[in-house]
Amino acid sequence: MAGKIFVYIDHFKGKALPASWEVVGAARKLASELGASVSAVILGSNAESLAQTAIYCGADEAFVTEDTSLADYRPEPYATLLSKLAKEHQPEAIFFPTSTRGRELAAMAAVDLDSGVVPDVIEIKNEGGKLVATRPIYAGKLLSKVVCKTKPQILTLRVRAFTKPVEDANRSGTVTKVPAAMSEADIPTKMVDYATVEGRVSLGDAAIIVSGGRGTSNNPNLTPPAQITDEKQKEIWRAQQGFKMIGELAEALGAAVGASRAAVDAGYVPYAHQVGQTGKVVSPDLYIALGISGAIQHLAGMRTSKVIVAVNKDPDAPIFKLARYGIVGDLHEIVPALARAFKERLHK
Amino acid sequence: MKIAVFVKQVPDSAAKMTVNNGVASWGDAPLVINPWDEYAVEAALQLAEKHGGQVTALTLGGESAKEALKHALAMGCAQAILISDPALSAPDAGATSRVLAAAVKKLGDIELAVFGKQAIDSDTGLTPAMTARVLGWPALTLVAAISQLDPAAKTIRVERGIEEGRQIVDGKLPAVLSIVKDFGEPRYPSFMGIRKASKAEIPTWSLGDLGISAPQSKVTWPEISGLAQREVTNEMITGSTPDEIAAKLADKLIAEGVL
Repeated sequence: MAGKIFVYIDHFKGKALPASWEVVGAARKLASELGASVSAVILGSNAESLAQTAIYCGADEAFVTEDTSLADYRPEPYATLLSKLAKEHQPEAIFFPTSTRGRELAAMAAVDLDSGVVPDVIEIKNEGGKLVATRPIYAGKLLSKVVCKTKPQILTLRVRAFTKPVEDANRSGTVTKVPAAMSEADIPTKMVDYATVEGRVSLGDAAIIVSGGRGTSNNPNLTPPAQITDEKQKEIWRAQQGFKMIGELAEALGAAVGASRAAVDAGYVPYAHQVGQTGKVVSPDLYIALGISGAIQHLAGMRTSKVIVAVNKDPDAPIFKLARYGIVGDLHEIVPALARAFKERLHK
Repeated sequence: MKIAVFVKQVPDSAAKMTVNNGVASWGDAPLVINPWDEYAVEAALQLAEKHGGQVTALTLGGESAKEALKHALAMGCAQAILISDPALSAPDAGATSRVLAAAVKKLGDIELAVFGKQAIDSDTGLTPAMTARVLGWPALTLVAAISQLDPAAKTIRVERGIEEGRQIVDGKLPAVLSIVKDFGEPRYPSFMGIRKASKAEIPTWSLGDLGISAPQSKVTWPEISGLAQREVTNEMITGSTPDEIAAKLADKLIAEGVL
């Protein structure tokens, strides 16, 4: 397939998600096999500087726009411009990182271009220009091979499933500025504000995740403050002390903090931390499960982690079956000891 | 205010999945309403209670999918409609969206079409944004909170859950929403609700009723497979003190090269 592969570079306030470069790398590999070229599409603030990185990562050209109407991500003007570019250049395929933005833009562009989407792909095989993708279904309990029969073949690639390419500053490519495709008056939404947490490691991108479960709440050595009289509130307070400790371990490791559904449903931590079938499906290099017994829904969400460590009081907890290393013990004693051990070794 | 909420019937999240003759099988696990969709029903009901109006639950599926609709009715939806047609076999998200958009039009005067974030079987998470695009309505996806809604002025303000935190967005009605878990726990069906739902008449709409022919699926899934057995060499780490155990584990992880 001579022709182009479009790659959508997802970013937040001009800072690219690492997954965007993973997608450029995957597209580059396929393009080289197929004699195709890679075009990065970058909409919004800082697009020109991101275009350079995209080219260093493997793109042959980049389309950029820094029009004020595209300064903040909004699906309608972004999808409309993306679809317009695709209609003009007729790419064979369009790749997105599977981020919140990538997924919905892929969906909307597919409607505009009368094609289909294969979301959350973990592997791509080229069969004579037809891309046969593999994706997890049922939260990773099964795998499915999926083919998009129409052009462009629209795929979103799962974060951390493809290798981030090494940047090559000797690569060059053309950068083309394009105008916005919708006028502000026609855009049905307005950005009001963000409430973001700075410096937080997001679960999807994290190389290391430290997760807490129900077990965080049963530290008998803690006495809740006297003003908390309700038993449920005492339990939540105890668990929050447990998660504070887990947060310190995460900090020592540069890790993101995860949680089981049981811990989220019990009100110990916000939903954004939930790993599992109705939370985030993750695949870090290292997953440390603390006081998580390992319900099937949780295991489905983390079973592809490279190395799993489990700490649990119950030696029969199902989580141990997946664990490379297991510790039978009280997380309230083990976690601070782990934080000390890692600090000593990693921050000398 | 007329609200449509879309639900799907899926195997329970606790189901052990296997592949039988190339088809996904959930054994004897029950089929339930997609857990994400319960949040959508909750959001739709709260909006109708606060601003007046009624909620219609719809699903696309076979006869058994009426059970998912009954759950939505038992939670408090005013009526439910099953969309079913033999011409619709294994529709992809695009085909599904075109059917659902036609159903929204047939209902008429819908101000909000509400979805769950994704279905826990196919896990695509595409249908809300695709349906919005087919309808030409704004897509307000991954909504964690609805902070303002003015049915008269036809405006809505939502907080969307994104990787970086929350994005606060103003939109115009009619709109498509997809709801995430932060919205708040869905209510349990009441005893009265369950009784009402068990007696409810659930009409079936065919593609003919919607005035469309079967939309083509662009995506096919030629092969479904189970997972390769995960080969794990399990090693339990013991020691006389937590610090000794921690030190052993830290050294092993460093040797393993994952840090």
